[in-house]
Amino acid sequence: MLNIDSLNEGVVIDHIQAGSSMDIYKYLHLDQLNCSVAIIKNAKSGKFGKKDIIKIDGDIDLDLDVLGFIDHNITINIIKNGCITEKKNLTLPKEVKNVIKCKNPRCITSVEEVDHIFRLSSQEKHLYRCIYCEQEFKGFRK
Amino acid sequence: MKHIIEPLDFSLEETQRLLDLADDIAANRQKYTKICDGKKLATLFYEPSTRTRLSFEAAMLNMGGSILGFSSAESSSTAKGESVADTIRMISCYADICAMRHPKEGAPYVASCHASIPIINAGDGGHQHPTQTFTDMMTIRAKKQRIHNLTIGLCGDLKFGRTVHSLIKSLARYEGIRFVLISPYELRVPNYIIEEVLQQQNIPYTQAERLEEVIDQLDILYMTRVQKERFFNEEDYIRLKDSYILDAEKMKLARDDMYVLHPLPRVNEIATEVDNDPRAAYFEQAQNGVYVRMALILLLLGLAPDEQRKEIGIC
Repeated sequence: MLNIDSLNEGVVIDHIQAGSSMDIYKYLHLDQLNCSVAIIKNAKSGKFGKKDIIKIDGDIDLDLDVLGFIDHNITINIIKNGCITEKKNLTLPKEVKNVIKCKNPRCITSVEEVDHIFRLSSQEKHLYRCIYCEQEFKGFRK
Repeated sequence: MKHIIEPLDFSLEETQRLLDLADDIAANRQKYTKICDGKKLATLFYEPSTRTRLSFEAAMLNMGGSILGFSSAESSSTAKGESVADTIRMISCYADICAMRHPKEGAPYVASCHASIPIINAGDGGHQHPTQTFTDMMTIRAKKQRIHNLTIGLCGDLKFGRTVHSLIKSLARYEGIRFVLISPYELRVPNYIIEEVLQQQNIPYTQAERLEEVIDQLDILYMTRVQKERFFNEEDYIRLKDSYILDAEKMKLARDDMYVLHPLPRVNEIATEVDNDPRAAYFEQAQNGVYVRMALILLLLGLAPDEQRKEIGIC
């Protein structure tokens, strides 16, 4: 079993769908942090069989909307003094701004400098639509 | 301030008010000849469109207003690299209302975010064309005396046809509407329209591949052109463009009170022999397009006569 030191102060992003941790690393811009970040892939999970986990050794503000958009089944554990002080469950955000880009070549966002905004269109299907051209985005979770 | 980017920007009540006003304009044109005196309509057409642009311009001129604008991106500041946002900020200083056509989907919405005058989407790529939808609805109501309890046949390019998608979404709000979707497999209505509009709202629909097999069920037959510019390659266009052609033979199978609509221009999907059939409503539809745009300009400018602005119940 891989051994990663437990955190004294920081954040554990748990129950990430196996294989999605690098997406989260990218979209949360974790590469720009100076603190230690551990990515654990394919850890054993009683709930999902296997899962990914990200441990961040430092107190940071996470964009929960981005995380909910990527995978709303994720659990966030806030660690202080070596103990879990808060557990956060995520929901699908109503809107996400500048997280993903519209892939429709006919969309105005392909030529005009505007915010890339997607709104939740179907809660059940985790479906988002570009507010400009209505191009769908089906979410990250496979 | 209200913008019209898609037909559903108007509630059912507002849509009814628009159609009532358009009917009144059609019946009493003289009453409206000076109503927009001193007002200016900017027609910003970033791609060629004779019919829609002239229809908007005729609408404003019919009401004593004036027009300014451009009819292609090459003759605008876009050629110098100006953004839609900057163009509309500038136009807001020159005109009272703006009709915009743009090849990029969502461009009129971007304009509406930066405009200080009402924006009317006059067609954005394959996305929305609300004034065409309002025109279609006015024509359906004029011919059938109602917009509810109708079987609507949509035929031709149902995949790329923006008028079809807008019309489905708009008519789905009325009671007793049933759709018959007639197209080749490759040009079927996109799944998201089926799932998010028809199935979600329990609207009855059937899909068919042959027009002659279902034409006798229809109250309205809405024909569409297979548009070359909506295809990514010419090979697909040539293969599919003649799939569905309405002619006198097929019209014999239709009811006496079924009416044929078409957003125009047609290529060959309606044979010219159908033009003289009393059920051909597409030229009347083109005329209605001017009345609907007149009504829309009046409503957005707040110039509609008071008697037309009252709330009217919906059946």
